[in-house]
Amino acid sequence: MTFSPELEAKFADLVTHYPEGRQRAALIPMLMFGQDEIGSVTQEMMEELGRRLGLSTMQVDEVVGYYSMLHKKPMGKFHVQVCTNVACMLRGGAELYDHACHKLGLGHKQVSADGRISLEEVECMGACSWAPAIQVNYDFHHEVSTDQLDTILEGLQK
Amino acid sequence: MALVNVTINGVSVQAENGALLIEVAKQNGIEIPAFCYYEGMSLQAACRMCLVEVEKAPKLMAGCTLPVAEGMVVRTESEPVVKARKTTLEFLLSNHPLDCPVCDKGGECELQDMTFKYGVGESRFTEAKQHVPEKQWSPVVFYDAPRCILCYRCVRVCNEGMGVGALGVSNRGVYSEIIPSHGDHLECDECGSCIDICPVGSLTSGIYRYKTRPWEMEHVGTVCTHCSNGCKTTLGVRNNEIVRGNNRDRSGINGEFLCVKGRYAFDFNHHPERLQTPLIRNAEGVLEEASWSRALKLVAEKFKALAGPKFGVIGSTRTTNEENYLLQKFARTTLGTANIDHHRSGDVVTLVDSLSGKTGQLGTVEEVYTAKAVLVVATDLSQQHPLLANKVRANFRHHKAAVYAVTPGPVREDKIARKFLRAAEGDSIAAVESLRDELAKAGDLVILFGDSIQGEKVRQLVAFGESLGIPVKYVCLVDYANSRGAMDMGVLPDLGPGYHATAPGLNLQQMLEATDLSALWVVGANPLKGGKTLASKDAFVVVQDLFRTETAERADVVLPAGSAYEKNGTVTNVCGQVQRIKKGIETVGSKADLAIIGLLARGMGVSLGAVDADTIFAEIAATVPGYSQLPMPIILTGGAAQTHPVNGRVPASTVPGNISSARDTLFTTGSLTRYSKILNEVLEKPGALYS
Amino acid sequence: MKLFNEPSPLETRIISFRFGLENSASIDTYLAHDGYKALRKALEMTPDDVINEVKASNLRGRGGAGFPTGLKWSFVPRASEKPKYIVVNADESEPGTCKDRLLIQNDPHQLIEGILLGAIAVGAKKGWIYIRGEYNYLIAIMDKAIAEAYKNGFLGKNICGTEFEFDLYTHTGAGAYECGEESALLESLEGKRGVPRIRPPFPAISGAFQSPTLLNNVETFSSVPAILRMGGTAYSDLGVPKSGGTRMVCMSGHVNRPGVYEVPLGFPMMKFVNEIGGGVWKGRQLKAIIPGGSSSPLLRAEECDIPMDYDSIAKAGSMLGSGGLMVMDETTDMVKLALRIMRFYQHESCGWCIPCREGTTWLKKMLQRVTDGHGQARDIDLIGDLAQNMRGRTFCPLGDAAAMPTIAIVKKYRNEFEAYVAKNPFAASELVSIS
Repeated sequence: MTFSPELEAKFADLVTHYPEGRQRAALIPMLMFGQDEIGSVTQEMMEELGRRLGLSTMQVDEVVGYYSMLHKKPMGKFHVQVCTNVACMLRGGAELYDHACHKLGLGHKQVSADGRISLEEVECMGACSWAPAIQVNYDFHHEVSTDQLDTILEGLQK
Repeated sequence: MALVNVTINGVSVQAENGALLIEVAKQNGIEIPAFCYYEGMSLQAACRMCLVEVEKAPKLMAGCTLPVAEGMVVRTESEPVVKARKTTLEFLLSNHPLDCPVCDKGGECELQDMTFKYGVGESRFTEAKQHVPEKQWSPVVFYDAPRCILCYRCVRVCNEGMGVGALGVSNRGVYSEIIPSHGDHLECDECGSCIDICPVGSLTSGIYRYKTRPWEMEHVGTVCTHCSNGCKTTLGVRNNEIVRGNNRDRSGINGEFLCVKGRYAFDFNHHPERLQTPLIRNAEGVLEEASWSRALKLVAEKFKALAGPKFGVIGSTRTTNEENYLLQKFARTTLGTANIDHHRSGDVVTLVDSLSGKTGQLGTVEEVYTAKAVLVVATDLSQQHPLLANKVRANFRHHKAAVYAVTPGPVREDKIARKFLRAAEGDSIAAVESLRDELAKAGDLVILFGDSIQGEKVRQLVAFGESLGIPVKYVCLVDYANSRGAMDMGVLPDLGPGYHATAPGLNLQQMLEATDLSALWVVGANPLKGGKTLASKDAFVVVQDLFRTETAERADVVLPAGSAYEKNGTVTNVCGQVQRIKKGIETVGSKADLAIIGLLARGMGVSLGAVDADTIFAEIAATVPGYSQLPMPIILTGGAAQTHPVNGRVPASTVPGNISSARDTLFTTGSLTRYSKILNEVLEKPGALYS
Repeated sequence: MKLFNEPSPLETRIISFRFGLENSASIDTYLAHDGYKALRKALEMTPDDVINEVKASNLRGRGGAGFPTGLKWSFVPRASEKPKYIVVNADESEPGTCKDRLLIQNDPHQLIEGILLGAIAVGAKKGWIYIRGEYNYLIAIMDKAIAEAYKNGFLGKNICGTEFEFDLYTHTGAGAYECGEESALLESLEGKRGVPRIRPPFPAISGAFQSPTLLNNVETFSSVPAILRMGGTAYSDLGVPKSGGTRMVCMSGHVNRPGVYEVPLGFPMMKFVNEIGGGVWKGRQLKAIIPGGSSSPLLRAEECDIPMDYDSIAKAGSMLGSGGLMVMDETTDMVKLALRIMRFYQHESCGWCIPCREGTTWLKKMLQRVTDGHGQARDIDLIGDLAQNMRGRTFCPLGDAAAMPTIAIVKKYRNEFEAYVAKNPFAASELVSIS
C-alpha cells in the first residue's frame, strides 16, 4: 500500500531522524500519521509499516494494542473526545460527557451510523486549567459549557 | 571474578560480585519464589514475587534483578516479605479463573504450588472476573487468557530460546494478552516450548488436553527416537499409552528443550496402521497375517538355507546399539556374510580417520553451547538439528559466541551470525576458507558440517581446522536417532565395530543393485523408499519394522518390531554421546528387534548367549573401542557420555553417492513421522530447508 | 484557542515572561527578548562550568520526581564510545498538569535553547522531543521553531560559528500515560510498547538506543537558559534552599481564576489559591487540594497553609510533583474522586507487573461498587489495604501513583465512604483477614 505523496515524503524524512539501524523508532509516528490519513490502523497498514521497518505484523500489532490513540476500527470523521479526569470532572466534565452521549446517541468509542462522528471518554488531555475540555480530532475546545458543546456538535453534524 | 560477602537470613555466604540475588540464594539452598524469572532468559522483574528485604534499601527489592554486593544483608522470610508475597498472590488470583479441577496444569501448576506455600487460604476478592474465551492457535497450542499471569516466559522462550519470535503481547494493563504470530493463529516451529514453560495452565497442548492428571501418569525418562540430536524426553504414560512428552526436569543434554517431534511425535506409536502381527506372503503373493511361531520358523529355515556371501543385511539408524551390534555380529558370523550396511547420512568414517592420532576433537552438544565460535557448514541446522541449533542460539545469547554460517540458502543462524556466506554445497570449503583470518582469532571453534562434506572434503575441512592454530572440534551431522551408533557398531560393509577393518562386502546401494542376492534382511530401515527397487527378483526379503513401509511391501515376511519407546538399550547421538533408552510401554503384538534376532538364532539352532540389552551392552563395552571407558553411572542415571570409538587410521574409502542425508525438516524424520498424526496436522512448510 | 491565561501581578515570570508577546513563538521575538544569549555564553564555558551553574541553581526536575537537575546532568559519562543523546519529556500526562504545553506553545525557542545547553553540558549531538499524541498541534509549532533555529544557525553544524553541532527532532507519542516515566518513554521512542525498563542502568548510562542519554522535562530544560543568563545562584535565590527558582503551577478545579502561573518555589499555597486564583469559586469553602498532579496525596484544607516547595509539601505528606494543583470545594464527593483517580491509573497501567495491573483493576471495581451503592463496611479497610499492598511493590512508580492518593483519601475522608456504605441496605460488617 502507499500513502499520499505528502505522507510518503514525511515518512521518508522521519526514518532519517533515528540512528542507523534503529528505524523501528519511526513506527509510532508512522502509525499516528498513517491513521490520521487512512482513518484507522488497518491490517494492511500494519503489514506495510512492518515491512518497511523490518518488523513482523505481530510486532506492529503489539505496539498498536498498547497505545490508546491508535484504533484498529475506524473512528468518525470527527472524533469527539471528552475529558472526565479530575480537573475536568471538578468543573462538569462528566456531565458534559453524559450530555454528549445523549445528544449524539453514542456511547464510549461508538461511531455514528453515517461514520461522521464518534465519541470517546478520554483521560486527562492537558487542558486542566481550562476545564472542562474536549478535543475534536486534534483541536482543543476549552471551558466548554453544555450549550457550547451543542453548538460544536451541531456544527460537526452538518 | 571477585567474591563478595552477603548475608541471607542471617547466614553469611560468599558469592560472585554482581551475581543475581535470586541465584545466590538458590545456590545456598534458599528459595526466593518467582514466576517471571527464568534461568537463562532475559530479566523481567514483572511478577514481584521475588521481593525481598535488603538492609538500607527504602523498599522491598526484586531479587531477580538485584546484583549482590559486598556487605549486602538480605532477609527473604521476614514479615514484610512474607506479607508482600501473600498480597502479590492475592492480586494474581483476583483475576485467575480458579478452574484448577479442569485445568491441565492442576497438580503441577506453579501458581498452585506458590499459593499453597506462600499464599493465604481465603480470598477477599468479590468482584466480577474478566473473562475472555479460549483460543486455539494451532493443532498443538491453545491459549486461555484469563489463566495467564503475564510472566512472558512463553514470549521469551519463543524469541530467545527458539529464535522464532512467534509470540508477542498486545493490549495494555489488565487487558494485556499473549498474541500469536499471525493474527489468530501461529506459524512457528510448533515446538510447544511455550506450553511447557507456562507456569500456569494458560497455554495447553492440543495433544495432552483433558487426557489425564499429572499424578495419574508414569514418567519415563528416555531418548527421543527421531533425529540424531538425542534429546532426553520424559514420557507421560497412562494405561500403557504415551500421552505426553516433555523434559521439565531439565535433565539430559537438552535441558528442557524439545522440538515438535520430541514433544508430540510419539503418537506414531499408537497409529492404527502399526503392525501388530507378522505377515507372510501367501501363495497368491499377498501378505497375510500369521502367528509369530510360523513366521519365525519360516524365516529361520530360510536364513539357514540361504546363509552365505549372497545374503544381504541392512541395519537401522533408529534401533539400539545393542540391536545393531548383535545384527552385524549375527550377520558376519552366523549368516556368514559381509554384505551389511545402513542408510548413511554423514561421513563420520572419514572424519574419525582424519582425526586419527588426535584425542577429544569430536564436539559434544555441550561444547556447541560453550565454544567461543561455531561454524555451521552446509546444513539448515534449525530444521535438521533442532537441539544443536538451540545450543548455538543459547551460546550466542549467553556467551556472545561468534557464529558463522556457510550454507546454500538462508538459515535461521544468519540472524545471529557474525558473518554468513551463501555457497553452493560444492563450494562450501572455498567459502569456509575465506573465513580463515576471522576464525583463527576465534579462541576455540566447533565446526558442524552436513552430508555434502564427505570423503576428500572432510579431509580438507579438517586440514583447514587444524591449520587455524586454535582448538577445533568437529561434529559430522547425521540424520537419525542412532545413525552414529550404527556406524560405531560396525553396520558397515567394510568396517566392524569400532571401525576395525573387516572383509569387505556390498554396501547398501550395491545390495539393491545386485542381481544375485539370495536374501535381504532389512531391520528398521526402508531402503526402497521413493520408488527404488531390488534388482534381485528372487531374493527372500525379511523386513522388521513398525509399519508396512515400501520395503515391507516387497517382503516375503514382515516381522512387527517394537519402537524405541518399547525397549531398553542405548543409542549414540550425532556427537557420539551414548544415552540409555528406557522402556515406557509394553508392546502389543510386536517384539523388540533384539528379541527377534535372538529368536531367529534360536530357530536356526545357534546360541547367541543371553540376548538382553544389558548383556549385549556389556559385550559392546568389552569389545568396542571407545565404549569401554564410558562412565556407566552417568549413563545409567540418564546422562550422556561421549565415545571416541577409534583413534587410528580407518582403512575405508568413502564411496561417492553412498552417503546422503534425507534432508528432513523440523516436521519430518524418515518413516516414523509419516505416521504421526500431529506432525501431519501442523506441517507448516513442507520440505522448507533454506527458506 | 487561548494561548495563555491572564498573568497575575504576583507571579515571578522568569520562564514565562515572553508569554503574551506578539508572535511569542517566533525566533525574532525570542531573539529580541534575551533569546539564545545563554547559548552564546555557554559556548564559551566548559561543560563542567555549565553543569556547575545548573547545580548552583538548585534546579530540580519539573516532571514530578524533583531530582536535582545538575546532579542528573553530571551522571552522563564524559567519555563515551556511543553517541550521547538528549530526550525531552513532553509527554505531559499527569492529571492536573498543563504547563509544558504552554511552554512549547508560547516559547518553543526557550526549550530549544535549554536543550542546546544540556547538549553542551553532556556532549550530545542529537535529541528528540517526545510530545504526547494529544498535543498534535504542538508538533507543528515545535517543528517550525526547529526549522527557524536551523535557519538561524542555532541547530545543525557550526552552531553560532563554533564547532558545536546538534540535531533536534520532534517525536509523537500515541496515548499512554506510562510513557511519561522516563524509561518507558525511551522504549516508546524506540518504537516499542511503553513499558518501563529495569534500572539500573539509568538513562544517563544507557538510555535512548542504549546510549548515554540526558532526559529532562520540558519545564526543566526551559528553565536553564534563564539560569545561565542570570547565574545559578541568583536563580536559586528566587526560591528556597534546596528548591531553587520558580516553577509553573497549574491551578485547576474549583477556583475563580484557574490558570498556569509562574511563582517562586516556596510561594505560600493558600496565597496562590486565594490571591492568584481568586479563591474558591461560588463563595464556597475549600475542602482539599491536590498539590502536584493526581498522584500526589490530597491535603485537607487545614493542611494547605504551607509553602509550595518540594520539602514543605513532602513534610505535609504529599508532593509538589508535576505542579498540577487541583482545588476542591466543600461539595466535592471524595469517594467519586477516589474512583475517578483509580479509573485513570487502571486505564493507564501498562500491565507489566502484577500488583499494579491487578491492584488498580481490583480497586477500580471496588470503588465503582461502593460508589454505585453496593459497598460493604469491610470494603473501606480493604481499599486502603489493597492500596498499601501495591505501594512500593510495583515495577515502576505508577503503582505508587495510584496507591498514594487512594490511601490518603480513605484515611482523610473515611466518613464519606462510611456514608456510602450506610446507604447500602445489604451492608454487612465482617472483615476477612489477611495475615
